[in-house]
Amino acid sequence: MPAAAPMHPFAPLLELADLQVDFPSDQGVLHAVDGLSLQLHAGEVLGIVGESGSGKSVAMMALMGLLSFPAQMRATRMQFAGQDLLHASAAQRRAITGKDMAMIFQDPMSSLNPSFTVAYQLSETLRLHLGMDARAARNHAATLLAQVGIADAASRLDAYPHQLSGGMCQRVMIAMAIACQPQLLIADEPTTALDVTVQAQILELLAQLQRTHGMAMVLISHDMGVVSQVAQRVAVMYAGQVVEVQEAGALFDAPRHPYTQALLQAMPQRSQGAKRLATIPGMVPGVADRPSGCLFAPRCAHAQTACNTPAPIHRDGGSQVRCHFPLHPLGAIA
Amino acid sequence: MATSTPSSFAAFWTAFRRNRGALLGLWTVLAIVCIAAMAPWLAPYGPTLTDNQVFLTPPAWQSGGSAAHWLGTDAIGRDILSRLMHGARLSLTIGVAVVAISVVLGCALGLAAGYLRGVFDMVVMRCMDVILTLPSLLLAIVIVAILGPGLVNAMLAVAIVVLPHYVRITRAAVLAEAQRDFVTAARLSGAGHLRLMLVEILPNCAAPLIVQASLGLSTAILDAAALGFLGLGAQPPLPEWGTMLADAREFVLRAWWVVTFPGLAILVTVLAFNLLGDGLRDALDPKLKR
Amino acid sequence: MWRFVFTRLGLVVPTFFGMTLLAFFLIRLVPGDPIETLAGERGIDAVRHVQLLHAYGLDQPLLTQYGIYIAKVLRGDLGKSIITQAPVMQEFLALFPATVELALCAMLFALLLGIPAGVLAAVKRNSVYDHGLMGAALTGYSMPIFWWGLLLILLFSVQLGWTPVSGRIAVAYFIEPSTGFLLIDSALSDEKGAFLSALGHLVLPTIVLGTNPLAVVARMTRSAMLEVLGEDYVRTARAKGLPPWRVVAIHALRNAMVPVVTVIGLQVGVLFTGAILTETIFSWPGVGKWLIEAIARRDYPVLQGGMLLLGLIVMTVNVLVDLTYGLINPRIRS
Repeated sequence: MPAAAPMHPFAPLLELADLQVDFPSDQGVLHAVDGLSLQLHAGEVLGIVGESGSGKSVAMMALMGLLSFPAQMRATRMQFAGQDLLHASAAQRRAITGKDMAMIFQDPMSSLNPSFTVAYQLSETLRLHLGMDARAARNHAATLLAQVGIADAASRLDAYPHQLSGGMCQRVMIAMAIACQPQLLIADEPTTALDVTVQAQILELLAQLQRTHGMAMVLISHDMGVVSQVAQRVAVMYAGQVVEVQEAGALFDAPRHPYTQALLQAMPQRSQGAKRLATIPGMVPGVADRPSGCLFAPRCAHAQTACNTPAPIHRDGGSQVRCHFPLHPLGAIA
Repeated sequence: MATSTPSSFAAFWTAFRRNRGALLGLWTVLAIVCIAAMAPWLAPYGPTLTDNQVFLTPPAWQSGGSAAHWLGTDAIGRDILSRLMHGARLSLTIGVAVVAISVVLGCALGLAAGYLRGVFDMVVMRCMDVILTLPSLLLAIVIVAILGPGLVNAMLAVAIVVLPHYVRITRAAVLAEAQRDFVTAARLSGAGHLRLMLVEILPNCAAPLIVQASLGLSTAILDAAALGFLGLGAQPPLPEWGTMLADAREFVLRAWWVVTFPGLAILVTVLAFNLLGDGLRDALDPKLKR
Repeated sequence: MWRFVFTRLGLVVPTFFGMTLLAFFLIRLVPGDPIETLAGERGIDAVRHVQLLHAYGLDQPLLTQYGIYIAKVLRGDLGKSIITQAPVMQEFLALFPATVELALCAMLFALLLGIPAGVLAAVKRNSVYDHGLMGAALTGYSMPIFWWGLLLILLFSVQLGWTPVSGRIAVAYFIEPSTGFLLIDSALSDEKGAFLSALGHLVLPTIVLGTNPLAVVARMTRSAMLEVLGEDYVRTARAKGLPPWRVVAIHALRNAMVPVVTVIGLQVGVLFTGAILTETIFSWPGVGKWLIEAIARRDYPVLQGGMLLLGLIVMTVNVLVDLTYGLINPRIRS
């Protein structure tokens, strides 16, 4: 478990307030992200956990400006490194994307262009954002490959993605992402599509790069175990909303939101020899059956009548919980 | 999977209905079918009725035209509107006949080839390769050169030219399905080869066959018209739209209506069937994808 | 890679034999006496009949006849035209450049207009451009070529007087055929205005012949682009902050071109089909018009030889297209 997050006298690196992403469809509007508010400080590692459909990937894609038709996005605030992203022009945003703010994705083998070599794809970023010429870019690309732990980097430069293994492709993706020394690296399920042995290596690589470069990192996963190894703070998302944010240690020991507790109990590592693995009854709400009150209420073991109204958000410093009846009151020491 | 439930048809119809182009195609096709069916009663004149008094009359809205001949007359005084209506019957008959022949023959060959494999399969596929490699009109012309010009021979020629598509679809379906467990199970329970082919395998390639058939209708009409234009298809005085254009070249200067309307009829019909076929494909693909 | 080449070339052999078989039997399938068909005469007396039987080798066993035929084909001897008594191969070679020139121009027209149209329609999916362009493409695809040609002649040659009605060049010019391509020959010659005349004569036939391939290319490009634009590596390209034109024109198009190239190659057969009709309408002195006249005059050796040659050419082009596809696709190359 990494050390607790330090105190932050400075303004946050990233500020998201009330982010909303909707997908209109024939059956109605899908609220993929529903009022998400987050803060991230320089050098901090935030983990975002949630099931599929919780909106964790969509939120980060919205931040990067990668949402495509028919998504509709709005937010009260979206600031990165002092720059207002909401009112920035497309060109201004592109100047940051891939340079100060970078993202890697879940399936590394399909995320690399199959028709171009590794060298080409790496050099592209370097030449675009750092203005390097072809030769300098190629040399630097080799350095980057070595940094991400690819042995014999020079010979890999001219390889095509289909000639590399999944783990190596992900390393190449990471190399592309850190090429311009970003201040923020978003990793969206970076290990989900990889073998178990490779998963640990990639996570270790990410943690090590984060320490070396001092960049902030957002690690998205549906796997609590993965997040627990790297994150200092953890945000839990459900059906497009953030239901809890806490320091990692405190979250795992004493979760405040019933959903978090249920997720922790459902982890196989925590079954403690019980005959059956704990599950959460019910299903994530879709377009048609979205509750008007607390979204988790239909599945919550502690639900009461008051839970039919939207749950309030309790905040304290970097922590928050969205619940009528948190398991431990915020502000109290667990 | 072998039979389509009512709900899957409803789903298909909803998807199809949303495609405005496909709907337009459907209504146009239905309109053409109606005109063709009612032609003997709708058309003001017989298609072969000549009247030398009124040859090359312009359409009604031009000077020199009259309401007696809405779209004008041709070089020997035949009413173009009536000929177009009767031509619709011909074109639709051609389209349906060609598709029917090639579907039946193509499925038979494809099923047999995929099922029997071996030398028979190889020979059939090589023949289909030859047919596909040769430019379609060229092959059709050669076949008509052998059989002699005429409507029926033209239909046969076009049917042979489009045959490979159906053979391939059916054969691919057989190859894909023959491995599957339910086929093995059926065979173990004593089902004969023919029954297996018709009942178990054929319905699974229904979707691509339907799409190919509707697109094939438009190809058939186009190709038959081309043969008619070259003088190798329907022979005069049959009011086939392509044949009507065969002599039209010399009237480009004097009588634009003789040139324009038959071709327009071909374009509208073919376009309608293509819209329909495209719509069918878009609606059927995701629904019956295996 | 070489295995792929040899396998592909191996498929050529049966197709070659299939086509020669068809050509070989063509004469014998025509109703009536093959001798009369070959000699182009009717009511040959008995003595002459026997002479001709021997001269044409029809008294030999069928297999021997076929073997002799194949040997002749491989030597380039395809018989003589009944009407002109000139060797079929010689006539073909004299007329083929005209068809090639027309076909190449039509293909160029189709590509120059079709690919951008398809890309635009894909990038602006479901917009008015998309529906408009695809509607136009479908119309072009449904268009009867022979009518389209007549219509364009009516409009541009008769009504507006902008373009000539027929032929390759104004009758006034006589250009010495060196390459057979009138555009090149006229440009090289000293005759004033010859090049422009040749160009002017090419305009309408190119448009007419190129309309169908244009529609196919546009539709194919659009669907290939749509598929590629949804791929993960395009998302990665955007995440790198690349400008939109680069994402579309380099990352997306490069991969979308693969299926499009295959389709282009397969258009050759369609082009020859269209050429038959186009040449008839515009009195373009190419192979298509030659074949049509041969049918009318029952010149069967011409029909037989022309069919075989065109078929072999299409077959060769298909092989080249397949091999090129193997080259473009890095997976097969390595």
